[in-house]
Amino acid sequence: MTHESSSCVEIRDVIRNFGEKIVIERISLRVERGEIFGLLGPSGSGKTTLVKMLAGIDEATSGEISLLGVKLPKLAMMNRIGYMAQSDALYAELSAQENLSFFGSLFELGGARLKERIHYAMKLVGLEEHLNRIVSEYSGGMKRRLSLAIALLHEPEVLILDEPTVGIDPILRKSIWNELEALSAAGTTIIVTTHVMDEADKCHRLGMIRDGKLIAIGSPTDLKTRTGSSTIEEAFLHYGGERP
Amino acid sequence: MRVRALVIRIVRQFVRDKRTMALLIAAPLLVLTMMYLVFSGDKYEPKVGVVAIPAPFQAKLETSGMEIVAFGSIEEAENALAERKIDAYAAIRDGKPLIKLEGSDPGKNKSILLLFGQTMQDETQAGSAGILPEPSVGYLHGGSEMTAFDSLGPVFIGVFAFFFVFLIAGVSFLKERTSGTLERLLATPLRRWEIVVGYILGFGLFTGIQAVLIAAYSIHGLGLMMEGSIWLVLLVTLLLSVTALSFGTFLSAFAKSEFQMIQFIPLVIVPQVFFSGLFDLESMSPALRWISHLMPLKYGADALRSVMIRGEGWSVIDDDVFLLLALSLAFMAANVLALRKHRKI
Ligand SMILES: Nc1ncnc2c1ncn2[C@@H]1O[C@H](COP(=O)(O)OP(=O)(O)OP(=O)(O)O)[C@@H](O)[C@H]1O
Ligand SMILES: [Mg+2]
Repeated sequence: MTHESSSCVEIRDVIRNFGEKIVIERISLRVERGEIFGLLGPSGSGKTTLVKMLAGIDEATSGEISLLGVKLPKLAMMNRIGYMAQSDALYAELSAQENLSFFGSLFELGGARLKERIHYAMKLVGLEEHLNRIVSEYSGGMKRRLSLAIALLHEPEVLILDEPTVGIDPILRKSIWNELEALSAAGTTIIVTTHVMDEADKCHRLGMIRDGKLIAIGSPTDLKTRTGSSTIEEAFLHYGGERP
Repeated sequence: MRVRALVIRIVRQFVRDKRTMALLIAAPLLVLTMMYLVFSGDKYEPKVGVVAIPAPFQAKLETSGMEIVAFGSIEEAENALAERKIDAYAAIRDGKPLIKLEGSDPGKNKSILLLFGQTMQDETQAGSAGILPEPSVGYLHGGSEMTAFDSLGPVFIGVFAFFFVFLIAGVSFLKERTSGTLERLLATPLRRWEIVVGYILGFGLFTGIQAVLIAAYSIHGLGLMMEGSIWLVLLVTLLLSVTALSFGTFLSAFAKSEFQMIQFIPLVIVPQVFFSGLFDLESMSPALRWISHLMPLKYGADALRSVMIRGEGWSVIDDDVFLLLALSLAFMAANVLALRKHRKI
């Protein structure tokens, strides 16, 4: 955790205001390469705001964020980040295939390589039979999975997933997590926000956010022992407002 | 490469959305047809009563393009006038000629008086037994056959090319923002200018088709007067649509919903229509008239009129064309800047 070179994400004294409102209040943390890092926190605590800055869409009011040693935001870094937004951002009039090849082209994927990646990503999310269907005919969970497939498409080194498994059934969720673990083992860094406790348990490390402040950080076992809880849910409640 | 991907995507979306495509392409044609029917119906033939006027004069009136009905007395004619069976009557009262008009429609008044005036002028000349040659009436532009539609048509072409494109492009760009896909696009290496250019090119394809259809239909289908080059008409119509495209996508940055986009119509479209040449601006105060210089539609309509009615060429409309081009580029640049709100780089 100490040497500079293994750090994938470095957040230093980041503050983000919306007008008068302070949404992120001086957060500093590090995410190592190949790590699955979970962000946990109550609704409105600032998870999405933080994650958007990591994805290079939003900029910190003050403080510094660097990704793979490069200070953000930087356009060239977008090629190395895969982002999945909290709400599905898909073109409903188009088929899944057309959505995928559009986003693929934005990352300069084409030809056989694009085809191969589309096949891989759609298989991973269990949608390969629905490749040619129009997205407006998809169910909520299917749209979520397609969004995930799009985030994976260009083989990013860093995956940033904002509540990726909302509306996905437990069996599929399990298979997606198996795949995320495989990606992480292969060196992909994964940053994920979640409300699902068994998912939080699968993260290598967790950051607890409340009211824009990072109130605890550590491995799931760490956090459980520190709060004297037997489950992550209890630890979450402990940090999340049960006791101040 | 990325711009191409964006263009392909926009074209695909558009082709799927049949209704919007119909609005862009069929609606202007439909509205133009309606305008044609309203403004160039059969030539108006006033119905005029006469009461005991000299026979040669009555004969002359009958050939002047009026429908003549003879009445026995002034009272009878007066009644017919009150019942609106006739538009006017002519009589001799106390030895003086009298023309009485129904009077509620200024357009009719004008044309009846004009017809009487012509007839009386002819009469005077006939009286002087051919010493003076009959004056021939000539027109600099248009002609006696020119209908209101011919004169207003070029403006309508401009207005509809502008209006529908403005609305559709604006709403589509807005949807990109409200559906979250804009944010998703900004999480890719796509540059802000690439988004703007992609939109202009993608929609430009359809507005190009629209421009060709509108121009061809009004000239060949509706027989709109066309003195100049069709290529110049196409060029101006296309440029006007591109201006509408860049203007609409830029303004959508200031709307939060489709409904707010619609609210721009009375604010930015209607005033442009007023200033575009549908109404004579000569009598307007100079300060107000100056506003018209800020309106893209005015340049487009002026250029279209010059080409279609006066048969003028490039040297006359080049200023308008360059101004439209400059306005399009300015709106595109403004839009690239407006997108900074969503991503700084
Ligand atoms: N564009 C914005 N303008 C003003 N306030 C904002 C904006 N975006 C977010 N906020 C505020 O910032 C706070 C944190 O929002 P954020 O979306 O990051 O929460 P979150 O932790 O992702 O919540 P959830 O779990 O419900 O998704 C909220 O109070 C929200 O109202
Ligand atoms: Mg959120």
